[in-house]
Amino acid sequence: MSTDYQYVPEPALVKGDHSFGSITDLIAKTPLSPTPKLWYLAFGLANILLITLLGAIGYLIWDGIGIWGLNNPAGWGWAIINFVWWVGIGHAGTLISAILFLFRQGWRTAINRFAEAMTIFAVMCAGIFPAIHVGRIWVIYWVFPIPNQMAAWPNFSSPLLWDVFAVSTYFTVSLLFWYVGLIPDFATLRDKTKSKVAKITYGIASLGWTGSFRNWWNYEKAYMILAGLATPLVLSVHTIVSFDFAVSVIPGWHSTIFPPYFVAGAIYSGFAMVLTLMLIARKIYGLEDIMNIDIMEKMNLVMMITGNLVAFAYLMEGFIAWYSGYIYEQGIFWLYVVGPYAWGFWILMFCNVVTPQFLWFKKIRRNVAITFVISIIVNIGMWFERFMISVASLSTDFMPSAWDYYSPTFWDIITYIGTFGLFFTFFLLFLRFMPMVAIAEVKGVMPQADPHNYDEETNEFDIEKTKPVVVQQEQTV
Amino acid sequence: MDAENKQIYGVLAEFRNPKELVDAASSVKKSGYQDFDTYAPFPIHGMEKAMGLKKSPLGWIVLGGALTGMIGALALMIWVMGYEYPMNISGKPFINFPVYIPITFELTVLLAAFATTFGMLALNKLPRLHNPLFNVERFSKASDDGFFVHIEASDDLFAEEKVKKLFQDNGATHIETVYDSE
Repeated sequence: MSTDYQYVPEPALVKGDHSFGSITDLIAKTPLSPTPKLWYLAFGLANILLITLLGAIGYLIWDGIGIWGLNNPAGWGWAIINFVWWVGIGHAGTLISAILFLFRQGWRTAINRFAEAMTIFAVMCAGIFPAIHVGRIWVIYWVFPIPNQMAAWPNFSSPLLWDVFAVSTYFTVSLLFWYVGLIPDFATLRDKTKSKVAKITYGIASLGWTGSFRNWWNYEKAYMILAGLATPLVLSVHTIVSFDFAVSVIPGWHSTIFPPYFVAGAIYSGFAMVLTLMLIARKIYGLEDIMNIDIMEKMNLVMMITGNLVAFAYLMEGFIAWYSGYIYEQGIFWLYVVGPYAWGFWILMFCNVVTPQFLWFKKIRRNVAITFVISIIVNIGMWFERFMISVASLSTDFMPSAWDYYSPTFWDIITYIGTFGLFFTFFLLFLRFMPMVAIAEVKGVMPQADPHNYDEETNEFDIEKTKPVVVQQEQTV
Repeated sequence: MDAENKQIYGVLAEFRNPKELVDAASSVKKSGYQDFDTYAPFPIHGMEKAMGLKKSPLGWIVLGGALTGMIGALALMIWVMGYEYPMNISGKPFINFPVYIPITFELTVLLAAFATTFGMLALNKLPRLHNPLFNVERFSKASDDGFFVHIEASDDLFAEEKVKKLFQDNGATHIETVYDSE
């Protein structure tokens, strides 16, 4: 009796019949062709929101944080929720570019550039909130260890200061990683463009890159080291964000589950945001061959896993509240479920616990429309998660006499909406002027890129060589 | 300007695909050339063996950056918290290593990342304002779908005709002499 054993072949990462040249054309087409009218419309809308944000920040600096709905005891409101939400979204980019790179997941090449750009702009949006929350923004430099006339130094044992270092390092490293990835692609645009201005601009950005293998050799090493550095970094950032809460003694915050729970939630929301943006962009820019359904399904799987991790964390919060025997912890848990913010809790349960369960079905994971809806629901859910953590825990703390209900003001809402203006202004500029898919990396994962897939004699590409080898083995019964 | 008045920079040959490029590179290497390079739109597996490249020294540069970040962060925090501006926080020790971990980690990663990026650029001698290879029109394909080998005139064994013959024998589709300036 004999059985055929074979590796399960991975479906081709790039769909359609593409050569290296057609991949270049497909991706370089967008930055090199004239600006479409629709882009101006979208950019205009984004600019209006951006101006709204600047106005809201201006008024905040003028009048102080009293314009927000903060009260005593809820000293952290929408600003901190939005900060954590945006930082969380940023995590997908680094996860895709660094962790999936170390795990040799070739499919990441379709979305890594896109997701990294999203990360950088999301972290920019996030960074605004704690900065303007300090009240006296003109002395924000006090958070950095700079010698000053007061002979005072920041307190290095404060999680809020750790956060300053974590978020600014995260932003800088993400930017470096993104730029290193962009250098060869800028060179491609430099060589492709017909316009003089574009040639000079892309020429400067590409730093004189030639594609020399002696350069690629150092470059690949650099890329791997950056991935290795960014991997613990991405896990550390949301861990440190969670320390902002977990290191304090507020019931509902003071818990060791926070770091892994925050990181899982961050990846969950980040993938949802990448999906939302990707499903729109691939349609508008005709990139369905690269950002294809297989990749969407893999992203949905990541969302399903991280979503269930988050759901498990909610369950553990309830269990630990009961198991600890600590009445304040139990109290806050019941206040989540039936208290003044119970509506938020049940929205959260629906968005983050019920929704990811749909992703167990392959049909749904491969359905573009349903995935799009799920991705938006997930982002709403993750916003409510931070809402419950920040607001519900603070406003109903130890003494009922000190409780107060928190509600946002007009300025809270307008500032949050305004950050979408900032995000989309940058994102649209990115889509317009930069290669939104890593051209060199996509070529690198095509079967034609591997010299072993060519015939020894004729030097022609041989598709048969990419197919798995069937091993016949005798089986003894 | 006439071709005779120009300085020869080297000879550039184009090949059809990654496989031919790797074969050509190993044959150039075997012929004893040192100052040569291959150009492709993406890194090709096995090319480092064909070209006989040594391991990149970048790791050592990164280690330097990482250690600077780590030692710098620890030194700063120990000095500030222990000596320059000690603060009594719930009676905890002034020099308190566990609370230094997050910032030490972040600054280690930050300086290592800077060392990686700028170290890589320095090893590659980038940014570079001009490269004689850009005088060759076909060379713009190197970032698209072209595969090139270039032997520099600075190589001791360099002789224009001999090099062109070597490329021809390896099945180059285009062979061109590169001149230093326009």
